[in-house]
Order: sequence, then structure tokens, then C-alpha cells
Amino acid sequence: MTSLTEHNRTFPLNAWYVAAWDHEVGRSLLARTIGGKRLVLYRRQDDKPVALEDACWHRLAPLSLGRIDGDAVVCPYHGLKFNSVGRCIYMPSQDTINPAATVRTYPLVQRHRYIWIWLGDPAQADPDKIPDLHWNDHPDWTADGETLALACNYRLVIDNLMDLTHETFIHTTSIGNQAVAETPFETTHDDAGVTVTRWMLDIESPPFLKRQYGREGNVDRWQIIRFTPPSTIVIDVGVAKAGSGAPKGDRSEGFTGYVINSITPETENSCHYFWSYARNFARGDQRWTTELRRGLDRVFKEDQVVLEAQEREMKARPEKRFYELNIDAGSMWARKSIDQMLQAEAASRTPPDVVSRIEGTGFSRRTPPKAKQAT
Amino acid sequence: MTSIDEWSFARLRSVKDVARDIRLFEIAPDEGAISYEPGSHIDVSVIVGGDQDKRSYSLVGEPTAEVLSIAVKRLPNSRGGSEYMWSLKRGARLTVSRPKNHFELSVGNGEYLLVAGGIGITPIYGMALSLQRRRSKFRVIYAAQSLPDMAFADDLREALGNRLELYPEDSRGRVDFATQIRGLATDAEIYVCGPVGMLEAVKRCWRDEGRPQEKLRFETFGSTGHYPSEEFVVSIPHLGREFLVPRNRSLLETLEAQGIEMISNCRRGECGVCVVNVLGADSEIDHRDVFFSDAQKADKRKMCTCVSRAVGGRLAIETADR
Repeated sequence: MTSLTEHNRTFPLNAWYVAAWDHEVGRSLLARTIGGKRLVLYRRQDDKPVALEDACWHRLAPLSLGRIDGDAVVCPYHGLKFNSVGRCIYMPSQDTINPAATVRTYPLVQRHRYIWIWLGDPAQADPDKIPDLHWNDHPDWTADGETLALACNYRLVIDNLMDLTHETFIHTTSIGNQAVAETPFETTHDDAGVTVTRWMLDIESPPFLKRQYGREGNVDRWQIIRFTPPSTIVIDVGVAKAGSGAPKGDRSEGFTGYVINSITPETENSCHYFWSYARNFARGDQRWTTELRRGLDRVFKEDQVVLEAQEREMKARPEKRFYELNIDAGSMWARKSIDQMLQAEAASRTPPDVVSRIEGTGFSRRTPPKAKQAT
Repeated sequence: MTSIDEWSFARLRSVKDVARDIRLFEIAPDEGAISYEPGSHIDVSVIVGGDQDKRSYSLVGEPTAEVLSIAVKRLPNSRGGSEYMWSLKRGARLTVSRPKNHFELSVGNGEYLLVAGGIGITPIYGMALSLQRRRSKFRVIYAAQSLPDMAFADDLREALGNRLELYPEDSRGRVDFATQIRGLATDAEIYVCGPVGMLEAVKRCWRDEGRPQEKLRFETFGSTGHYPSEEFVVSIPHLGREFLVPRNRSLLETLEAQGIEMISNCRRGECGVCVVNVLGADSEIDHRDVFFSDAQKADKRKMCTCVSRAVGGRLAIETADR
């Protein structure tokens, strides 16, 4: 029997990924590829978001080229209508509806301003497993962000966020200065994820943080990176007056920001990078919100140049491998936990996707082959 | 990211003892030997403690069409690699990688000093022949405990004449690296391969003479230390674990075998990925890596688990688990 697991997939299916921002999905059809699956997203009349396979059951015409009718999607080709659980509710020129006419639907949960999707076994889609990104949508914080479409494997973004030494070299005009690359850091891991902590004491504040801090003078700066597998990273950042006690927990003479990142694989060579920045000062001030969002957008576009170049070079040199340095410990632990998720999936029973292929070859999952009778 | 090694099948064409405890292996890949640059090595698939593992060995001499030659020193506290290699007989089947190179010899530099300590002669040998062929200005310093420990000494003497200086320690004492380095042209390069003590001595002299760091090239095998390997106890208080590290297994291997999750990459003391915090030690720490600076090593607060050890006694460490 041939192996039925997908070859060389780098992302687990049994996990919550961000499919879209809340505002990206509405009463029109959004086509998006997530985890290699070509999907169409929209909202029902009661505002509930829906994700369907973007291919009509009949002859694979993209449903996203059709239209919405009530809570259903109408195929552009022969007008077949599919409801929000993927069942056909109309087909032309016959009185009945073929019961086999269904399109796959995926569990969606809207939380923390994102629409999360579960690509794997729907029975395992537990909303409690959605990462905690409450800063994105909370009265104590003001937050906003963007989506960056990147032509690179999603794990390259994880590498980039788990090691912020690169700030010193890529983000020289905003968040980087010598201190980041020269200050030691601590990496730990537990059942829930990986943490990388860096405290830079009594240093000059880099421009992006200094503006938010709003004062002159040296600061104590922190970066606490928290990775939740498979691909969500939250970074607690900020500065406070040097010596005012921030490392012991007193941040009263400073500010805190949360850089929220969730990277969704599109294909093996591309990803949707959803990011947001939340702050605890000047809450509700739209000018700050817009300036910070635009500022960070520029910062992430500096990363985009390097990440997409890496992907091109990797593709051009299939015989080459990465070498690791001490600064890569965080990303190594993160990738290790992703690999563990992949191994667990490979070891478990057939993923739902390939059931139809098995049944097509005449092998039934319900009746195992009969043991040969001894004579 | 996983490495993409091209492994090929080979057969052991011959074995020959070339010095005390040093054996030459001529390996004939089924599809012929690939050519390689001086300083290259191959990985060999070995069996250690019943499990498959790999070891890197420098390629000896210049490329030939049919065989790849390596020389392996049998170590008293072998982690299993040399033990496995020495168990092989002529005709044995092997799996080897294509040649790779982390110790490249530059072309066209004004002057070269090649320094080999003991089994460190293996990558240096081919470099010397290559420099000879190119008519470069160079010398080779070959040091070891005593003359019977020096593999290929006769072949090298014949090929290099007085460009070769032999330093058997028992009769000639140690090399005065400061003097050797002082006499070199300003743009000279030095290539070193040998025990960690010798490597550190050369590095210090090079630095003290104000020479540029990037002109000192070295390859570390990570197999020797300042002290012989001894078994020691390691304790990990925050995990409530304590166990013995045998003298023929590294701290990293022991932690992994005990089910403690570790990350690693080079596994020979270069990259710094497998570092742990040292909470305390009642004996010396034998730092066998090239990752930490002298100051960091003296500080005794961190160590590389893949190669470094405690010299007996009890070592308390902290890993990344929480």
C-alpha cells in the first residue's frame, strides 16, 4: 500500500491558522489559497463567516467567480447553489438534487479580529486552541495591522521573528541599534511554546520606540518573544526609564507594545503574514494608530526584501542547507515543535482529504482485508 | 532545515597502519571517486552503540580516480566512531557522503604556514602537496608526542624536503609559535589542525602578534580536550534529573539518550547552538569548543554540550526546558 501522507508538507493541518482579517470577509466572494487549498470566503446574512472549497462539485468552476444569493453561493457556470455547509440546494433542469453534490467546508472562528480556519480533521477543531491574541481587540489596548503577502515559505518568517538580532542590521532607522545584536538573551521552551527574552539596560532608545516613549534619556528596553505552534508569535516590546524597575515588573515609567504575528502558509513557497501592533498609551488616538501601522508596515517590508531573496536562493541551490548560530536557538525550538506536530499527524490515521481517493481504488476503510484461513 | 547529503555506496579497498594508533583506509566508491579541493572531508555512516550515526574524516592526500583515503586515530575513550572504523576489514561495505569542505585553502597568497598536530596532519597533507604543485611559498610544521605517532612523516619528507619541520615533543619539545609567526610575511596565512590545546596556543600567539583573525584558518575535530575524558555526574536541578555521563559519550549524546530535549547543529564545538547554563561544578570544565572566547570559558557560566566535559566530579546545568 502506498503512503497516503502528503509529500514533504512543511505545515501541520490540524491547527488554527488566520484566514483573513475580520474586515476582509463580507458579502462578496474572496478567493484565497490557504495551506495549499483553494478556498472561497464570504459571510452569511447573520454575519457568520464561511469557507468553502473554491471549485464547484460539478465541473470545478471556481465558485468565487459566481455570486452570493442569501446565505448561499451560486456557481457561475450552471447556477448550482451551495449553502454555507457546502450542500447543494439547487441544480438546474431537474426536480431533485443529487445527494452527492457537496463542496468541502472548513471550520471558521472569528476571534481577536481574525478569522481562524482549521484545515485538518474537523472533529479536532477546538476553538480553545486558538492562540491568545486578546491585545488585538481589548478595551485596555489600541491595535491595528496589515496583511503582507510574501513569496517565501512561512517558516522563514518564523526564523525572522524568533531572532531579533537582525533589527540591528535590517531595521537600522527604526527599531535596531547596536544593543540588540550585542546583548545576550535567554531561550526557553515548554509545552505551550518557546520564549526568547532579551533585556537591554541603560541604552539609547531607537527611533521607533523613542517616539512612543516621548522622552529623552536612556532607557531599559525589553523584547519578550513568545511562539505558539504552528505559526503565531507575540512580541512584548517597550522601553521604560533606565533604572526605574522595568526588569522587576515596574513599567510605569514607560510604555508597552505588542507586536502580534500570525503567519499562514499559502503554498510551500508563499505565505500570508498577518501582523498587528497593540499599544497601551494614547488609546483611541487614530493619528497614533495610523502612524504606527504605517511605520511598522515599512519595517516589515524591509524584512520582505531579505525573506523573498532567501526563498529564491534556496530554490536556486537545492543542494544547500542552513547552518545555525547561537542566535538561532529560538527558531530551532520553534521548528522542532512544528516538526513534532507534523510527526504526530503522519503517525495518526488517514487525513480526511484522501478518503475519497482510497474509496476510488476499492479499498474500504470499514472492512479490513480478511486474514488468510489456515488449512 | 534538513541537510541534503548525497550518500553513495563504497567498498573498503585496503587498510594499513601508518603510525602508532593511526590506520589508513582506502575507500572505493562504487561509482568512482569524486575529485575534491584541499582541506575537504567526507562523512562516513558508522554504527555506534547499535545505532546509526555519522563521523567526518578529512581526505588524505590528493584526489585519485578510484579511492578516497582517510586516516583514523584509535582513541582510548572513543565515542564509538574510531572503534567502528577499526573493526572494518578489507572488502567491507561503507556508505559515504560526497566530499565537503569547511577548511578551504586560498589560492595565490604570498606565504603560507601549515601547522599539523597529531592526526591533524590529515587535511594538511593534501594542502602541502597542492601548495607544492602551485609553487607557493610555504612551510609545514608537524608536531606530535613522538616520531612513531607521526603518520606520513616519511612521505612528506620525500615530497617537501626542508619545507617540512618535524616536532616530536619527546625529543624536540614544543613548537615556539611566537617565533614562527613573527618570521612570516605580513600578509601570510596560517592553517592549523590539531588538538585543542595547540590550536588555542596558536590563536593566542597570532592575536598577540597583531595578525588579522581572518588569516588564521583552522579545522576542529572536536575530539580532544585539555584533559583526558573522564566520566562525570550531571545534574539538572529544575528537571529533578541526575545521571552519569560515560567517558566515551558526550554530554549532549547523554542528555539526548536520557530523553532531555536538546537542539544542536554542528556537534563539534563551532556553532554554539547546544549551549547550556552552568549552575556549578566541583571540578574543572574542559572546554573543547571554539565557540566561546577565552574570557567566556574562564567565566564558567556556559558550555557547549557536544564536546565539552567536566573533569570528573559533579556538574549542575540548566537546559532550556521550563
